[in-house]
Amino acid sequence: MLNNHKQIIKGREVVDDDWSVLKLDEGQTPEAVEIPAGKIIVPLPVWLAQRESLAAREQVGIWFAPDELAHTVKDDLDKFSVVAVEFPKFTDGRGYSIAYNLRKRLGYTGELRAIGDVLRDQLFQMYRCGFDAYATREDRNIHDALKGLTVFSETYQASVDDPLPLFRRQARGALPEHSDVGAGI
Amino acid sequence: MYRYDQYDHLIVRERIAQYRDQVQRRLSDELTEEEFLPLRLQNGLYMQRHAYMLRIAVPYGLLSTAQMRTFAHIARKYDRGYGHFTTRQNIQFNWIELEQTPDILTDLAAVEMHAIQTSGNCIRNTTTDQFAGVAADEIIDPRPFAEILRQWSTFHPEFIALPRKFKIAINGAVEDRAAIAVHDIGLTAVRNEAGEVGFKFMVGGGLGRTPIIGSVINDFVPWQHLLTYTEAIMRVYNQFGRRDNKYKARIKILVKAVGAEEFARMVEAEFADLKDGPETLTREELERVAVWFNPKPYKTLEAIDPLAANGQNAAGDKAFANWLQRNVKPHKVPGYASVVLSLKKTGVPPGDATAEQMDFVADLGDKYSFGELRVTHEQNLVLADVEQSKLYEVWQQAKAKGLATPNIGFLTDMISCPGGDYCSLANAKSIPIAAAIAKRFDDLDYQHDIGDLELNISGCINACGHHHVGHIGVLGVDKDGSEWYQVSIGGAQGNTAAIGKIIGPSFSAPQMPEVVQRLLDVYLKNRVEGERFIDVAQRLGIAPFKEHVYATPIPAGELAVGEDQYA
Repeated sequence: MLNNHKQIIKGREVVDDDWSVLKLDEGQTPEAVEIPAGKIIVPLPVWLAQRESLAAREQVGIWFAPDELAHTVKDDLDKFSVVAVEFPKFTDGRGYSIAYNLRKRLGYTGELRAIGDVLRDQLFQMYRCGFDAYATREDRNIHDALKGLTVFSETYQASVDDPLPLFRRQARGALPEHSDVGAGI
Repeated sequence: MYRYDQYDHLIVRERIAQYRDQVQRRLSDELTEEEFLPLRLQNGLYMQRHAYMLRIAVPYGLLSTAQMRTFAHIARKYDRGYGHFTTRQNIQFNWIELEQTPDILTDLAAVEMHAIQTSGNCIRNTTTDQFAGVAADEIIDPRPFAEILRQWSTFHPEFIALPRKFKIAINGAVEDRAAIAVHDIGLTAVRNEAGEVGFKFMVGGGLGRTPIIGSVINDFVPWQHLLTYTEAIMRVYNQFGRRDNKYKARIKILVKAVGAEEFARMVEAEFADLKDGPETLTREELERVAVWFNPKPYKTLEAIDPLAANGQNAAGDKAFANWLQRNVKPHKVPGYASVVLSLKKTGVPPGDATAEQMDFVADLGDKYSFGELRVTHEQNLVLADVEQSKLYEVWQQAKAKGLATPNIGFLTDMISCPGGDYCSLANAKSIPIAAAIAKRFDDLDYQHDIGDLELNISGCINACGHHHVGHIGVLGVDKDGSEWYQVSIGGAQGNTAAIGKIIGPSFSAPQMPEVVQRLLDVYLKNRVEGERFIDVAQRLGIAPFKEHVYATPIPAGELAVGEDQYA
């Protein structure tokens, strides 16, 4: 089965997209499944099973299921035009660690795309963990979803987006003379 | 105590704007209830049996009198005039309207408070010793580290959708008053032989369906590596913790499955990459935070005997003497003491306080304790820095407001979850059981004779009432649609933490006071000089208790309080 989102968010913009995500149907195996021509993002097991023929393509992408580990493809990362991570549901946070490991441990610098149950309210943490593309759920307005990327202007911890924690970036400790918190928000 | 700087304010302010927008989208049906659920949970908003419940964070149980007055204001304006202090040193309000929650958060932000990550599958409020900073047996004040952990864990982008909730506790004293052994991570601040400060990391303790005492995976992690080492644990858990079954999703199950040694190795492998990286704490950052926890401007006083020094009336007052003995704790500065204000008066649900009591406690804090208060995980309140010469005054005033029951550490100082009267997870009610037991054993002389006894009640297996570590633990269970109570004995928190053992088949609610009576009979008959209930229970095991409790049919007494009284 091939899924295509006509539009995705890339960086901070809505753009047209011509990649398709391949999912194995019942009965299909990673070894035997036929990969159509074109820009296809294949499941990790398909990549592992058909590595040689897929690597010969001009462009190919892979996607991780949440229980798969980034280092499985540590020597292959330069072969992908896009790497995607699936969030089967909002509450499954393993994809954040996959993204972190791809960026921080393995130094992957290409497109990192969130797919699956991807909604506005996850985008900020996805961005922080290293995603730069988001195939948001198509039953929701993608332009609304963009707002999810600009929720916070400061964060405490280091992550992929900012390798330094707040205490190393800013001189902390100034107390505001008049707190405007609580007034008319 | 810690004060927000401009960045703390900014983050909380932006959080309110985000949450207000989420509520708006829910109200306009742009978000389904299913989609809204994890969002509101990250903000402490639960759907209870009758209404929404909002849980507000009291970081490590420390709050200012201004913050307490804001709770009183919230109780009056948005709730029914009272609130409930919890075993995570937080407060929750049980009758909240969804539409009003953004305004409540706005009111809270004005006094540097929030409800961030007070529920949901994320890192919760870090808890610690209610006597941190003042305890006579303290080695290291854990609060600066608790605050540093609070900031680091707030909106951590990678650990916001963990397999399950995650709770951290820190102890810095000889006696563990933070129940670290039953936490996902239990930290003990220690000094090594060179005098350097670090943390002993215990991982995988917990209560709930599978009670386990945590395993030590590292005896000494230098304080500079507190965050990076914790991050390593979190990354291992986020990737490998079970997600197929919510009852097997806590880190304790993972630690048990792979073994503590292997788990420690996985953490070390992860830590190797993070060690000395940018998240390594600097002395400058520690000092920036720690300065807020500097000792108060104490007077130079001599230690006195409060009974003798508070005048003729005090010296002859047995009730005051009882209160001094039970509710007043030693302080590291001569001439000062810490006072525990009991929220366990008979007839009141454990941990509940009215708006009037909150305002009153705030007044006491301003007058006698440098404007600060604490919440204990046993659900009481503390004035940490009271001059010994003022104890009689404090006692008289607290007594007038029903906050001076001299029962700290006694049978009636029970821990109880809100139970089936409020909570939609509960199998059984807790509060009426607590009330019936409190009524039966209201006699203070009898409680004095029994001595130290911790009785903990949970309305379901989630164990919010910590029943596993009660000397007597009571667990509400559902049997064929009716409510029954399973009893265990021999559990303990602190340095000698242990999980209680179930004595046998469960009981009906009206039988519970008599069951407790029979357990106490066995204790009284068998104790030797100085032995507490827990000592006898651990020495003899459950057999003699079981035999006596089930020897003859157990009469059903009257339940003191029904649901209606608190509905």
